[in-house]
Amino acid sequence: MPSPSDPAGHRLPPRVPAPATGTYGRRTLVVIPALDEEQALPGVLEELASQLPCADILVVDDGSTDGTAAAARKAGVAVAELPFHVGIGGALQTGFRYAVRHGYEGAVQFDADGQHDATQVRTLLQALEAGADLVIGNRFADAEDSYDVGRVRGRAMGVLRVLVRLLSGQRFVDTSSGFRAFSARMLQYFAKSYPTEYLDSVESLLLACRAGFRVVEVPVHMRPRTMGSPSTRSYKLLYHYLRVIVSMIGQGAPRAENRLTS
Amino acid sequence: MSTRAHVLVLLVTLSTILFLLRLLRRHKLPARYALLWLSVGGVLVALAASPTALDRASAWAGISYAPATFFLGAITLLFLVVVQFSWELSRLDDRTRDLAEEIAILRIERTGSADEGAPDELAERPE
Repeated sequence: MPSPSDPAGHRLPPRVPAPATGTYGRRTLVVIPALDEEQALPGVLEELASQLPCADILVVDDGSTDGTAAAARKAGVAVAELPFHVGIGGALQTGFRYAVRHGYEGAVQFDADGQHDATQVRTLLQALEAGADLVIGNRFADAEDSYDVGRVRGRAMGVLRVLVRLLSGQRFVDTSSGFRAFSARMLQYFAKSYPTEYLDSVESLLLACRAGFRVVEVPVHMRPRTMGSPSTRSYKLLYHYLRVIVSMIGQGAPRAENRLTS
Repeated sequence: MSTRAHVLVLLVTLSTILFLLRLLRRHKLPARYALLWLSVGGVLVALAASPTALDRASAWAGISYAPATFFLGAITLLFLVVVQFSWELSRLDDRTRDLAEEIAILRIERTGSADEGAPDELAERPE
């Protein structure tokens, strides 16, 4: 198996690993980026605790103005409080850095708004076990409880699908899914270079493909959002599409320090 | 240009240079930017002081309308400066976010040590 190149210097050495706590023999960290999710978060944490009693949870509070961090602490999970709002990409990267420094063997990205089903985390972890570096939870997997996104977003996602196929040479259905799992070497890569702007999900998918990581998509069940509203505004999508395309052109030659040595 | 226009340009340019020097003396302007703008000021002074310099430069470059030479130079310079600023800004943005992420991680570790019973002066305490 090829191992990621390790440009010495930037990363602190991993701490002494805590006792193995992960499901499927992996030490797994569930990273939950949260912005003003005081209402939904306790339920999400409770569900995760009952479904995955051994996984560690890190809530990354991305500059919330409500009691998100307090709600997470009350539930007894680790909370990384960003000093100001940096956006979803930065919040995730915080979680990845933490995971790398503490020697986690894998991480799961999980939404704070309750739309991800905790029982489905195992599905993602199984794919990691099978050797994938990045596992995408496909929210459109089965027709019966298919995830309804509305017409404009649906069309927008269709465009993304084509775009991703052209740029990555691989077929993905749910390119912007925020329900994902990351292997240890994927974490090391993203701890340094996770995309920071909106559509980070699509951009990170493309980055992983370009850098030669094994990216797979697995079907997951979804729930409708219980709180909050979708973060997407259709009139902003065009700008972000163009931005992703431009940034992919910029990534045409992956930065040497991050390229896999196979 | 008339003599009056030349004197006017000269005065404006000289006061701009004085303004820059004042900023520099008060440590409000880093030396490298000061150097850039002062040299721009120097060129402007030279152009204002020598009425035929611009015309001669235009003739040399093959530009028949002398003010166009001036605008070409000015726009090129400003464009390069703005590109440099975009680059600098995005670098600062990256670094700020990096620091924010580090702070968030350090905050976890502080809370962690407080939980283990270590005295922590900065930790929040119930009143």
